[in-house]
Amino acid sequence: MRLLNASGCLDALTAPEVALALDVFVTKTVTPLPRQGNPPVRIAETEHGMLNSIGLANPGIDRFLEETLPRLAELGVPLWVSVGGFDAAQYSASCARLDERPEVEALELNLSCPNVEEAAESAAEIVAACRAATSKPLWAKLSPALPQVPDVARAVAAAGADGLSLVNTIRGLALHPATGRPVLGTAVGGYSGPALKPIALAAVYACARAVDLPIVGMGGVMTGDDARDLLAVGATHIALGTVLFRDPFAPGRIRAELAGDSPRNTLTLDQASRV
Amino acid sequence: MRRREARNVVAREPVGPYTLLRLDRGSIEPGAPGQFFMLEAPGRLLPRPMSLCLAPPGELAFLIDAIGPGTRALCALEPGDRIHVFGPLGNGFRLDVERPLLVGGGIGVAPFPYLSEVLGGPPAVLGFRTAHHAEAAALVPNAEVVIEPTLVTELVDPSCDVLACGPEPMLEAVRALAPGAQLAWEAPMACGHGGCYGCVVEIDGVLQRLCIAGPVLNAHEHKELAA
Repeated sequence: MRLLNASGCLDALTAPEVALALDVFVTKTVTPLPRQGNPPVRIAETEHGMLNSIGLANPGIDRFLEETLPRLAELGVPLWVSVGGFDAAQYSASCARLDERPEVEALELNLSCPNVEEAAESAAEIVAACRAATSKPLWAKLSPALPQVPDVARAVAAAGADGLSLVNTIRGLALHPATGRPVLGTAVGGYSGPALKPIALAAVYACARAVDLPIVGMGGVMTGDDARDLLAVGATHIALGTVLFRDPFAPGRIRAELAGDSPRNTLTLDQASRV
Repeated sequence: MRRREARNVVAREPVGPYTLLRLDRGSIEPGAPGQFFMLEAPGRLLPRPMSLCLAPPGELAFLIDAIGPGTRALCALEPGDRIHVFGPLGNGFRLDVERPLLVGGGIGVAPFPYLSEVLGGPPAVLGFRTAHHAEAAALVPNAEVVIEPTLVTELVDPSCDVLACGPEPMLEAVRALAPGAQLAWEAPMACGHGGCYGCVVEIDGVLQRLCIAGPVLNAHEHKELAA
């Protein structure tokens, strides 16, 4: 089991002490061209989670390769780069350039950002194009909002994905109590936090039965028990997202909680599936 | 260096409509005036960013306006309660000023008691909505107070080194008067450590994270997005 951050929830350059507590640092999604991202307001706390509408703000692949990646590599934490785009050619072009960089251990394909228009091609087409562009491990990050996540998991596995990242945020909206208007500048954003956990569990549970690929489980992990639940339904690794906003030192705490005594430490996948 | 620790509430004191929350300091450093801390808000998912108001020996004190569920939870804390505190974070006020003048509005006076102490009690002009709100001025030495409809900008001597904190219209007006001013801004913020990209403001034409680039900016650096 490796402990990662969820893409877009940690900047290793502004919080290196947090990144160093992880087994892998996953970058914010990099797109071919620079993106300023969405206008404020970009975040909203809700009763059981939070919304974000960042919109894939990033410096673009050129500046990322030139400026950001060398600085990240100095930290000494294994690096996965999250790759985004608006068609399969954009994804595969970025993968080809990252393929040349020894600092990069693996690539995560962001196939499911709720804050940008979806790519025209299917997840499997994008994975196939990227597979042809790189020999690095490819992790396909899927949305739990798809009607049949296991079908998509099978399709990306057949297209050459080496693993799955489950799950991304789901779309949500919050209204300002005083004005009745949407809090976020874009109205709709990605919903994350504790409310996402049952949705993540369902997606990991279904995909672990559908494909024989390792899975990074994420979505609402706040405690060691939450991580244990995802492992019980089939996750291989665990990623931390929103909890890093609440508690940047959560990696050490959750690792200790996972190592500690818990009745669920002995629960196997089969046992969990009968619960 | 920033740290995160669970700290005890020592006292909770009303200051006009605001609440002064005093915590024991532990190993947490007070940092520079204008820097901020993420305070765990009981029952809420996300912590709340608060600039340090006072740094008496062994304590950290925050002046809080209960305007939403998080700040209400903070203002309801009782002595003996424990919350996590993470900080100090961000960039505070530059203190290399010859003729400092503190300009504050409303809850924006929060960082001034500590700033005033560090600068040796410079003059301050503070504006409030009501006389009740203006009770917070008692925390700031050498303060001249105005109540709406009088605006604080009527008292600003632009030849001074202005250090300002307050609502955005006030900061915009101060910037127009004193282009060399240092302005402390605020923005919704999930993490305070650069991870969430939620707190961006337009700085030099580019959206930048206020938690990293600020919260104190030079007046010429920051251009608010059109609403």
